[in-house]
Amino acid sequence: MSFDVPDDRKYLESHEWVAVTDGTAKLGITDFAQDELGDVVFVELPGEGDDLTAGEEFGVVESIKAVSDLYSPVSGTVVGVNDALADQPELVNEDPFGDGWMVELELDDEGELDDLLSADEYGDQIA
Amino acid sequence: MSLRKPPLSDVHDARGASFTGFGGWEMPVEFDSIQDEHRAVREEAGIFDVSHMGEIEVSGPDAEQLMQKLTTNDVTALDAGDSQYAMITDEDGVILDDTVVYRLPEAEDAEFLFVPNAGHDEEMEARWTDHRDEWGLDAEVSNVTHDYAMFAVQGPDAVALVGDATAETVRDLSKFEAKYASVAGVRCWVARTGYTGEDGFELLMPAADAETVWSALDCQPCGLGARDTLRMEMGFLLSGQDFDPDENPRTPYEARVGFTVKLDTEFVGRDALERVKEEGVEEKFVGIKLVDRGIARHGYDVTDADGEVIGEVTSGTMSPTLNEPIALGYVPTEYADADTNVGVVVRGQSKKAKIANTPFIGEN
Repeated sequence: MSFDVPDDRKYLESHEWVAVTDGTAKLGITDFAQDELGDVVFVELPGEGDDLTAGEEFGVVESIKAVSDLYSPVSGTVVGVNDALADQPELVNEDPFGDGWMVELELDDEGELDDLLSADEYGDQIA
Repeated sequence: MSLRKPPLSDVHDARGASFTGFGGWEMPVEFDSIQDEHRAVREEAGIFDVSHMGEIEVSGPDAEQLMQKLTTNDVTALDAGDSQYAMITDEDGVILDDTVVYRLPEAEDAEFLFVPNAGHDEEMEARWTDHRDEWGLDAEVSNVTHDYAMFAVQGPDAVALVGDATAETVRDLSKFEAKYASVAGVRCWVARTGYTGEDGFELLMPAADAETVWSALDCQPCGLGARDTLRMEMGFLLSGQDFDPDENPRTPYEARVGFTVKLDTEFVGRDALERVKEEGVEEKFVGIKLVDRGIARHGYDVTDADGEVIGEVTSGTMSPTLNEPIALGYVPTEYADADTNVGVVVRGQSKKAKIANTPFIGEN
């Protein structure tokens, strides 16, 4: 099976993605991750104003069969949360790189992006 | 130790199943999506490969006596083609495993067949032969787990589906009745039993003919993931998880399967269970519904309304039918009434919850 790995964003080995536009970054999990989890039924996310640290847990995603921690690829302050996931956690399965996004951050240091995997590198990891 | 594989492992792999280790077996956990498979069983029909379940045959002049003394139910009540749910208990009345016991038709070599849970077949084979020798009984015990494949076809359309596929009618079977019938020329032991709360059948057939039968029963293939969510909605016990002689020793009365215990028969654990029944139980198996957002899982603490730990969740999931988090577990009897306010500790946070009646959904 092959999975989408869009090349307009960066990746973490633990299957989170980060996409940056104009200094704000959106975070989510990859197509591969949602497929591994199966039906997502619950997402626990931080609140606006919370500070996230690169490499540390920021939330939890639960499918019927598994509970999985979410790790932040970058450091920053939460400026937006995808509230739609409270009622429609299945968006993570249906559109992991789009409507299934999780939080929006104001980045502390864009330089952190250089430490992350490119689409090619992440694609190799899950191949 | 490598995992045991069901006969149709390659067929399921080609169909795109993902697999999980369970009871020493590598079994399909999901074919398409647990929710889709779950819905198919509640609304239409689904087929499960449950070849990880054990099969043990017991025959000989003392077969009935051996079965009677090692299971809690009354096997003398079984006519040929009948089956019953029973517990296998130790001297203290603690459940070692739960099982279905079948009395086979008279023309068969064996008189009884019972189905222990995945990974318990060798333990039960040893238990049966050890006790037979200790009691000097004349009975043969054979573990035929690897000779058979077992499928469950469950759902509102299951009776029509299996009925159309069998040469001899199986529609006339009552709940817990079984007979031999052939599917695509393969002789199967077809029982009106299941683990989903839906109508349907479980079929046993020679492992070598498994693919012929699987292909003849065309409906949604379902994995262990959906099997688990379906049985949790019904409040059915899962061996090794909702009771376990080492991790979570429970009597049938605590586990609310006292109806399988016939104290007017002689069996290992009877005297202990008679005392438990007289004295009453301190803890009971209950349904739990979360009021706050969150999902309770195996091992999470249950608290009273003030946050004091009173029990433990043994199974939990998001119910695909209700779209609400449901759980099963044990609490002290005084908290066991429906609608009692309790809490469940989810990742360090206390979530409001209520004791709920099981089944969580209306029986179809």
